[in-house]
Amino acid sequence: MIGLTFSQIRKPFLSLEWFSIPLLLLIWHLLALWVGHRLFPTPAAVFVELVELAGKKHLFVDMGKTLCRAAIAFVVAMFFGIFIGGLLGRFRRLDRLFANWILIGLNLPAIVVAITCYIWLGLSEFALILAVVINKTPLVSVTMREGVRALDHGFTELAQVYRVPFWRRVRHFIVPQLMPYVLTAARTGLSLIWKIVLVFEVLGSDGGVGFRIGIFFQTFNITGILAYTSAFMTVVILLEYLVLRQAEKRILGWRLAQM
Amino acid sequence: MATGADVMIDIRRKDFGENTTVFVDLSLQIPAGQVAALIGPSGVGKSTLLRMVAGIDTDFEGSLAIDNAEPDRAGVPGFVFQDPRLLPWESALGNLLAVKPDLDVGRALKLFADLGLSGAEGNLPAELSGGMQRRVALARALVVQPALLLLDEPFVSVDRKLAHELRGLLAQVIGAYQPTVLLVTHDARDAAELADRVITLGGRPAQISDELLIDRPRGDRDRDYISCKVAEMERDGAAA
Repeated sequence: MIGLTFSQIRKPFLSLEWFSIPLLLLIWHLLALWVGHRLFPTPAAVFVELVELAGKKHLFVDMGKTLCRAAIAFVVAMFFGIFIGGLLGRFRRLDRLFANWILIGLNLPAIVVAITCYIWLGLSEFALILAVVINKTPLVSVTMREGVRALDHGFTELAQVYRVPFWRRVRHFIVPQLMPYVLTAARTGLSLIWKIVLVFEVLGSDGGVGFRIGIFFQTFNITGILAYTSAFMTVVILLEYLVLRQAEKRILGWRLAQM
Repeated sequence: MATGADVMIDIRRKDFGENTTVFVDLSLQIPAGQVAALIGPSGVGKSTLLRMVAGIDTDFEGSLAIDNAEPDRAGVPGFVFQDPRLLPWESALGNLLAVKPDLDVGRALKLFADLGLSGAEGNLPAELSGGMQRRVALARALVVQPALLLLDEPFVSVDRKLAHELRGLLAQVIGAYQPTVLLVTHDARDAAELADRVITLGGRPAQISDELLIDRPRGDRDRDYISCKVAEMERDGAAA
């Protein structure tokens, strides 16, 4: 698609995206009206509740705690996942030796890991974050392993012919090829981490979005649950548009040019 | 630009796997500044030989010397692959910088101008036409100031008009920079246009089955004659 800029390529899709959330809210609103029950509040009622909760400051403290846990777990899991995945992708024997570990890691129920960590290490921040890391790392490893396996041998030859020094090879030849996999791992990883952190907070923590939702659950306060969820989803959407999309545009702009 | 390098090839044995022997006792000398075209049937080992000279394939018995040094100790060669093999995330200029970080940008821009790429320096490969991508690949090969230029079917899968244009460009570049050139090709016109010497590889294990030295300058009639002759040599090589 020679001559077109990235924004020209993406524009038609972006404009449609603006309708996505309003459409979801509209469907939610219509369904809530149709059901007409206090356990299925309208978006407006949830918004009112959200404003009220924000006034009590609980919301921000809880959000802060959850985001902090998710951020630490994300960074640690990405670090170990990239490292392990890189080794497994590069060394076949290592991959064969640890293939079943990864398989177990991928399929181990998150709840089992959380409960085990809590029993062994107590109801601590460390146990919670460790449980999230254990759940997330295999997924990152598998993605990165595929990335390393998919490295273009042609570029390796090119670097070899022109005697490109090791670190320059890494910087200019290898990392750009792996970045799509890193971003995929980051995106899928983030979505998984949100979910797991919240579940683990329900199980045992002294605060956080999951902890608060657990309390709302005991009183069947569905409006409160949806208010917290909406606040959380707002953060996720902001992260998607302000961080992930921007990073994608900067790092993977060349792929759009290939479309 | 460095002057051409002397290339000495003396391969005792080169195998692919356990059952395929590609070369046995193959000796070849390419004097500095000569443009040698290597022709022969597909699979005979032309590209393998080129990769060995480039230092990509080191799994063989025998010796290779470029200006009396082993390939990995000799100067960096210029290599044009069958595909442009440009880093898609780097601009045209970035592709040159990736292989030569201490590149003099002014020199690179002049090279771009010589190759008809002015204004394309900042473009990503996907934003360039196929012909321009091949020119960038040629610029990358030349920017390292190679004493030895290795060309692996550089115009394969290019339409005739563009191939003709690129061939003319390459002839100019070779004339201006005077490197030693080892050109692998299936196209008799490449040899007729560019080569001082045509070497046919044939048989299994591959041997040099025929050679032709070509004088310069050459006119259109000479080129036609050489094309026919080279095509005939290639047929004979395939039959060997």
